[in-house]
Amino acid sequence: MEVGKVKRVAGPLVQAIGLKASMYDLVLVGEEGLMSEVIGISGNKHIIQVYEDTGGVRPGEPVKETGAPLVAQLGPGILTQIYDGIQRPLPKLAEMSGDFISRGLFVDGIDHKKKWEFKPTAKKGDALKPGQAFGEVQEQLLINHKIMVPPKMKGGAIKEIYGGNFTVDETVCVLEDGTELTMMHKWPVRQARPVAEKLAPTIPLRTGQRVVDGFFSLAKGGTAAIPGGFGTGKTVMQQTLSKWADVDIVIYVGCGERGNEMADLLHEFPELQDPRTGRPLMERSIVYANTSNMPVAAREASIYTGMTTAEYYRDMGYDCLMTADSTSRWAEAMREMGSRLEEMPGEEGYPAYLGARLADFYERAGRAAVLNGGQGSVSIVGAVSPAGGDFTEPVTQNTLRMVKVFWALDSKLTQRRHFPSINWLDSYSLYDQTLEPWFVENVSPNWNKNKRRAMAILQENAELEEIVMLVGSDALPEDQQITLEVARMIINFWLAQSAFHPVDTFAPYKKQFDLLEAILKYRDLAFDAVQKGIPVAQITSVPSKDALAKVRLEAEYEPILAKVMAQMEAEFKALK
Amino acid sequence: MTKEYKTITEISGPLIFVEKTEPVGYNELVEIRTGGELKRGQVLDTSDEIVVIQVFEGTGGLSKDSAVSFTGDVIKMPLSPGIVGRVLSGSGRPRDGGPEIVPEVLRDIAGAAINPASREKPRAFIQTGISTIDGTNTLVRGQKLPIFSGAGLPHNDVALQIARQAKALGEAESFAVIFCAMGITNEEAQHFLADFERTGALERAVVFLNLADDPAVERILTPRLGLTTAEYLAFDLDMHVLIIYTDMTNYCESLRQMGAAREEVPGRRGYPGYMYTDLAIQYERAGIIRGKKGSITQFPILTMPGDDITHPIPDLSGYITEGQIIISRELHRKGIYPPVDIRPSLSRLMNSGIGKGHTREDHRAVSDQLYAYYAEGNDLRGLAAIVGKEALSERDKLVLEFADKFEKRFVNQGRDEDRSIFDTLQIGWDLLADLPEAMLTRVDDKYIKQYHPKYASAAKKAE
Ligand SMILES: Nc1ncnc2c1ncn2[C@@H]1O[C@H](COP(=O)(O)OP(=O)(O)OP(=O)(O)O)[C@@H](O)[C@H]1O
Ligand SMILES: [Mg+2]
Repeated sequence: MEVGKVKRVAGPLVQAIGLKASMYDLVLVGEEGLMSEVIGISGNKHIIQVYEDTGGVRPGEPVKETGAPLVAQLGPGILTQIYDGIQRPLPKLAEMSGDFISRGLFVDGIDHKKKWEFKPTAKKGDALKPGQAFGEVQEQLLINHKIMVPPKMKGGAIKEIYGGNFTVDETVCVLEDGTELTMMHKWPVRQARPVAEKLAPTIPLRTGQRVVDGFFSLAKGGTAAIPGGFGTGKTVMQQTLSKWADVDIVIYVGCGERGNEMADLLHEFPELQDPRTGRPLMERSIVYANTSNMPVAAREASIYTGMTTAEYYRDMGYDCLMTADSTSRWAEAMREMGSRLEEMPGEEGYPAYLGARLADFYERAGRAAVLNGGQGSVSIVGAVSPAGGDFTEPVTQNTLRMVKVFWALDSKLTQRRHFPSINWLDSYSLYDQTLEPWFVENVSPNWNKNKRRAMAILQENAELEEIVMLVGSDALPEDQQITLEVARMIINFWLAQSAFHPVDTFAPYKKQFDLLEAILKYRDLAFDAVQKGIPVAQITSVPSKDALAKVRLEAEYEPILAKVMAQMEAEFKALK
Repeated sequence: MTKEYKTITEISGPLIFVEKTEPVGYNELVEIRTGGELKRGQVLDTSDEIVVIQVFEGTGGLSKDSAVSFTGDVIKMPLSPGIVGRVLSGSGRPRDGGPEIVPEVLRDIAGAAINPASREKPRAFIQTGISTIDGTNTLVRGQKLPIFSGAGLPHNDVALQIARQAKALGEAESFAVIFCAMGITNEEAQHFLADFERTGALERAVVFLNLADDPAVERILTPRLGLTTAEYLAFDLDMHVLIIYTDMTNYCESLRQMGAAREEVPGRRGYPGYMYTDLAIQYERAGIIRGKKGSITQFPILTMPGDDITHPIPDLSGYITEGQIIISRELHRKGIYPPVDIRPSLSRLMNSGIGKGHTREDHRAVSDQLYAYYAEGNDLRGLAAIVGKEALSERDKLVLEFADKFEKRFVNQGRDEDRSIFDTLQIGWDLLADLPEAMLTRVDDKYIKQYHPKYASAAKKAE
């Protein structure tokens, strides 16, 4: 390997001479061997981004090649880990350097000393294809880790295969051609892992959030963007989805965001029980925490590292959810490196390839037939933090070209403490049509009908509100006054959902449906009553209506709802 | 003896360019001597050919003959327990006539990132005695909660009131206060110092003063020095530290100026593309570390240019900090102090610091309900202005009145009025009690039964 020399240092960017390294190769800069990546080659100069602070690095210091790009280590031991953007386990870094992260530390992404019990699932003589599993490890109580032939290896017939306890470096299988397989392999993070075939997104990803599942649903393997100004609820939404989504594996990428948020998450995930299994959420999570004050180059890498581990578990046949908070900080990392490279900037100083990078990233999502046989999926929910909360800026716009679901956060709703602050008029899901049959079959034949009725009411409400602003609501015809009231109920009793309420934070499909059905029932009763000439004030002050508001806060809601609805029928009958 | 170079080739704004040097480290501390004066600078760009240096005390008086020497080390802050009670300049030199700080330790002012896995989740309630903060935007220890204000608004008074009154419930210990002034006027600085002196806070304070007529580049150092000191007090000496720095807008202007001098590609509205990261490096130096006793709580103050919250300075700050307290010109004009508009204000760590075991179980519900009707009442003001108050429904009239009373009784309080959290919640309940009980949709019935004045007084009578 060549050893080059530092020529120039300016912030996280270093120029070096005397190297043969290729684009995106990992190199080690300076006496301390700071982890870095080649991001440009011009004449005899290599342009290098350094994943660590460069304070004190001088011209003349050595630059060592590693001969390989930035890779993720893939094997048992990834789950429950908390990594920085380049897959260094943060607790390990703390052990080595204390509470503040220092420089030049090398740590493996997974433990190479730990022994895992390897159980062969193939036998001598079996022919292995690339990506095919030949054994498994019980990585967590409920997660079976499949050991697969690395997708780039050609495979072959098994000559020897050994069961027993091994480290990830020890050979567990030998092929006829002499290839030795271990439980770990490395994968370049910037490269998508191959699948057999991409499949259509026809299964919803259940989130337990009414506005999401009920109005703007995400599919397994789908992509969603959640843009919003500061404090509008992106992080809370992503954490809530991580907690409740019906996926097997959660990959949470904190990309250029807050340290205290990560502390909160790391505090909560190990304690939070998976409602389906009673096991802690952490057992099936991987967390990347490259906070805003950690080096920008590692922030840029974190999205790819996270994605690579997501794909790896997908390849085992799992449904994975990757949340990235925030893709804007990732884009800004690109902008920062780009401007230091003195590249020709595109819109608002972002590099011209911003759109292409975003596209490459979201393209890595999907439901797929995996190489090992069976299916897996990676769904992506990306937060976008538009400058000034203005959605016309480049990151939001480029993202919207790629994703199929748009949850538009609205600071006006935030100011009213309406959460989730997803604007019900601006948001959309392009999976709507493809997912409808699933809901009809699995929840209720009326699922879609009710959804459309509710949306129509909200649409009408928006138009009426404009009139109300001019003349006041009392000037409206009576049926329209009812519509305003029903819209208010849909908004406050159904769309609003506190992430912090022990019960309301998660609503099963059935409950979502029943609550909306109840509100629509009120609407029908109210319209009938108006027809009969009953004054609006009486209709809107039936006590059962207020009782309905609190049903969502009950875990065993069904008997309560039935009682409220019976009361409602009786109250309407009694109106004169 | 470090070598001196007289090879300055160019002086441009706050920058000097030096050639034919030994290899110089990035970010290294540089000393420049001219006449009898010593200035300090930092390396921004280093290569075999040329070294670019930003000079903190300004380049005024420098010439191509000035002698430049490289210290071989990054900038470090001398620290010892004796720093408490001192008044220093924006670059850390004594400004109170006292001696230089005799260092027990020297710390790199760039500050390494706290390992996210070493952080403790902040959740200790801090009572500031201000209802709009304690009641509806609760502060916790280890939080960074900026005040977004505008020119001419009483943000300094609010900050001082917080510094005076902040305490943890049931604990006598108080905060050590670090005050960093960046480009504020001498008069403003005196206002702070006089108040610190009046209340005895100066004895447990460290003050860094960079005033309006001090060099702008020095402002880039000031928060770093303050935060390095804060980390020392919190994590070496186990103190709870409250750091106030004002005005972040001046700090950002200095960043912009540096960027322009270096002819960088600017980001939004001329501010550097890395401003988010730069601000984050300051703001993220708040928090608590597991296993350590101290904490750092930050109160940055910034004035929004043109009262525009979408301006890059408040915008990027809001994206990093854990909420914001908004000082409103409209409330100020109405004569309300502190003129905090709770609608756009937010404390993101509120949830972990309130409720049973922290404040009181009904806190969240009361806060949510107050918010909901204050926001709605505010919207109705617009409508009432058009159609007249009489045209509003009975319910709307109640909500409208609620908003007015909320401002007069909950928001408004004296500059020395130190309300306990229970006083604050009581005021909240008194206001809610003027609404029909059925309208309290965000409050669980059990809290209504317990805390609603109607039932609470009945319960008292029964006793
Ligand atoms: N679903 C929810 N239920 C209850 N409260 C919520 C919900 N969503 C958001 N909030 C409130 O809003 C605050 C801000 O939310 P969050 O931190 O998610 O904003 P954000 O969009 O991630 O902001 P930033 O871009 O600055 O990171 C939270 O601290 C919480 O108080
Ligand atoms: Mg966030």
